[in-house]
Amino acid sequence: MSTTQMTQGGAAVAPAHGDDHAHHESPTPLGFWIYLMSDCLIFGTLFATYAVLGYNYAGGPSPKDLFEPGFVAIETALLLLSSVTFGMAMLRAVKSDMKGTILWLVLSGLLAVGFVAMELYEFRHLIHIGAGPTRSGFLSAFFLLVGTHGLHVTVGCIWLITLMIQLGQRGFCEANMRRLNALSVFWHFLDLIWIGVFSFVYLVRLV
Amino acid sequence: MANEQINPYLDGWSPLFGRLTWDWIPYHEPILVATFAGVVVAGLIVVALMTKYRLWAPLWNDWVISIDHKKIGIMYMVLAFVMFVRGFADAIMMRAQQAMAAGGAAGYLPPHHFDQVFTAHGVIMIFFVAMAFITGIMNFVMPAQIGARDVAFPFLNNFSFWMTVCGAILVNLSLFVGEFGRVGWLAFPPLSENQFSYGPGVDYYLWSLNLAGIGTTLSGINMVTTILKMRAPGMGMFQMPVFTWTALCANVLIVAAFPVLTATLTMLTLDRYIGTHFFTNDLGGNAMMYINLIWVWGHPEVYILILPMFGVFSEITSTFSGKPLFGYKTMVWATISIMVLSFVVWLHHFFTMGSGANVNTFFGIATMIIAVPTGVKIFNWLFTMYKGNIRFEVPMLWTIGFIITFTIGGMTGVMLAIPPVDFQLHNTLFLIAHFHNVIIGGVVFGTYAAVYFWWPKAFGFKLMDKWGRRSFWLWFTGFYFAFMPLYALGLMGVTRRMNSYMDTGWQIYFIVAAFGAVLIALGIACTFWGMFVSILHRKELACGPDPWNARTLEWAMSSPPAPYNFPETIHVRGLDEFWRMKQEGFKWSGHYHDIHMPKSTTAGVLIAAAATVFGFAMIWYIWWLAIVSFVAILAIAIGNTFNYNRDYYIPAKEVAETEAKGAAV
Repeated sequence: MSTTQMTQGGAAVAPAHGDDHAHHESPTPLGFWIYLMSDCLIFGTLFATYAVLGYNYAGGPSPKDLFEPGFVAIETALLLLSSVTFGMAMLRAVKSDMKGTILWLVLSGLLAVGFVAMELYEFRHLIHIGAGPTRSGFLSAFFLLVGTHGLHVTVGCIWLITLMIQLGQRGFCEANMRRLNALSVFWHFLDLIWIGVFSFVYLVRLV
Repeated sequence: MANEQINPYLDGWSPLFGRLTWDWIPYHEPILVATFAGVVVAGLIVVALMTKYRLWAPLWNDWVISIDHKKIGIMYMVLAFVMFVRGFADAIMMRAQQAMAAGGAAGYLPPHHFDQVFTAHGVIMIFFVAMAFITGIMNFVMPAQIGARDVAFPFLNNFSFWMTVCGAILVNLSLFVGEFGRVGWLAFPPLSENQFSYGPGVDYYLWSLNLAGIGTTLSGINMVTTILKMRAPGMGMFQMPVFTWTALCANVLIVAAFPVLTATLTMLTLDRYIGTHFFTNDLGGNAMMYINLIWVWGHPEVYILILPMFGVFSEITSTFSGKPLFGYKTMVWATISIMVLSFVVWLHHFFTMGSGANVNTFFGIATMIIAVPTGVKIFNWLFTMYKGNIRFEVPMLWTIGFIITFTIGGMTGVMLAIPPVDFQLHNTLFLIAHFHNVIIGGVVFGTYAAVYFWWPKAFGFKLMDKWGRRSFWLWFTGFYFAFMPLYALGLMGVTRRMNSYMDTGWQIYFIVAAFGAVLIALGIACTFWGMFVSILHRKELACGPDPWNARTLEWAMSSPPAPYNFPETIHVRGLDEFWRMKQEGFKWSGHYHDIHMPKSTTAGVLIAAAATVFGFAMIWYIWWLAIVSFVAILAIAIGNTFNYNRDYYIPAKEVAETEAKGAAV
């Protein structure tokens, strides 16, 4: 913190040291959290829509006809594991271990890609058997909620690749650490959303 | 798609131009052709003048790519005033049509045109006028009030602005290429579904609002972070000026409400583009889901608009009464209460849905409760004026006009909050009169007050008093002439959005309303003329940095402000810090240091330009162009993250030179 010095009038005060913005730490973490909360509300809206439209089968298939618990469990495991591996990457990054960080990040990315691939396979299968998003209100809401989550994971993967290149170029500079932290929070956030999806979209409807 | 047989435009689809054919260019509509000619001529004149005076480079370097919150704020205001002219033209067309079309007369606007006009009017006035006004004022004033040099994310701020412009361009494009929606400003399904609105009109609506909405959400995140993180040292939350408080609450509402809008419009877009069944009549869709969701956004939206204006009026009242604001803490808590309550009243927009007496009672009572904190505010302003040394400058006139007008509008709002009354008045002109009463009386009057109040800060000279007063009195009387008849008509049961009507007894009311609209038009003309002559006479009107003897930190900046706002960091000790500084004989110490500033960036405007092309391509089903522009958006956005060189220092010597020179007009 800078000390202050009083002028003749006593009102205007100036910092004694040059760097006058030093007392502001980066606003990025807070801003990113606020962004995540707004994103959370998008998911909230989609969950609400699923809750309202989720029983409108319009004579078409219901969750019990469509969802495979085993398949979804593997999907879920991939995503949760990728959160664990991302946590490992962060631990390595704090220690400035570039090789370890990249290794764990690559692993996280591969698990996430596996998750997205399984989801796309499921979507393709559903559309193939005539249970696409245009079949009923239930399926419209299902595809949008699950698909929006999948889109987020895809964006996360693109971000991950970009950030790995930037880590390679500039190492663990302040800006890159800030970005890595933001991506980490984003990654875990998507896990949290998926736990909601897994519970309310799949699990509850299979009981 | 199910409606292929009723959709004649799918036949005209070509890979290169999508569904855009010559039939969609309205060259057979004389009103539109004349408008187009006018826009082209005006555009050419502007282009010629810009070229002649070599203004293109300064426009690009000093404005378009600028991340300076003050310049972005001014650009928002310019955008809003331009769109205001467009939206008002729609309004006066409707008033003229309804004044003529009595007793079975057709008037001059055919129904399909009239329906586009009222849709465009609502969309433009809310999204591109009112929102742009409040965002502009918050951008210009708020960072300066908290003693900051810029917002938390300056690049994002520039990007948000250009996304708003992107939406505005798409809305205006619909005037000359294709059509706009004919579905009302909230595009209720099933009317807005493909089955009933198969043209590009609703798609213009959806893409322009969703693209602009991204900008608004990011701007909200930016401002909340700015207020929480960028305050000058010593400024606690309860030392923030009231305007900053209201800006904080409004932006929290933006962050909380706009995602719902995004999701809802996306669902309607999916219904229209890939045939899902969110809001359709068949196959499990539920149109009332849309109505609920859109109002979960829509009700907080009206508080997003009015809360910052409450802040504006608070600053103006205390400044021109020469007193600290009466009941600062109650004002803040009233603002916070309104912020929270605004999320539990959305159902009052459709009491007639039939959710039953219990549900309607809850939402009716919650709505009436909002009148309590609002009443607190009104009394705070009155008590601030009580025994004050009131100076009736132009901003103060607008403030008093607001207190009177808004109180009337608030009372008719409480009437509408009573479900049985609402069953009578739902969808009538009474409702139209009510929300114009609060939005014009609150947001428009607030904007005028703010423009007259902070103009000297932005440009270093005052606006001419004479034209300001003329503008006020024409607006004020014009408002009552234009909207009081609508209350009466609404009580007679006249519904909104009528192209023509049989009962000739109503006509006189519509004529009086049209007369009011003409008075307002004159008021608007006085505003623009006043700005024009003030700019011509700016030397005589020049004033110092603190022309109103004001109380908050933005008045410590020079007028017009330097890029860095304050040459030194200000250490805040309490409320109305600038007032205290003046009491103690304020002047800068003269010991300057290098100042850390963000750099301008082209990425924001480029991404927004690509997004505009993307929106246009999606509206017209030009898939190849949509793919190309989408890839461009991604490429620019990702490419921009490789730029680590985002800031620079203004050397202390340069700061000293700027400060020594003082404000220049």
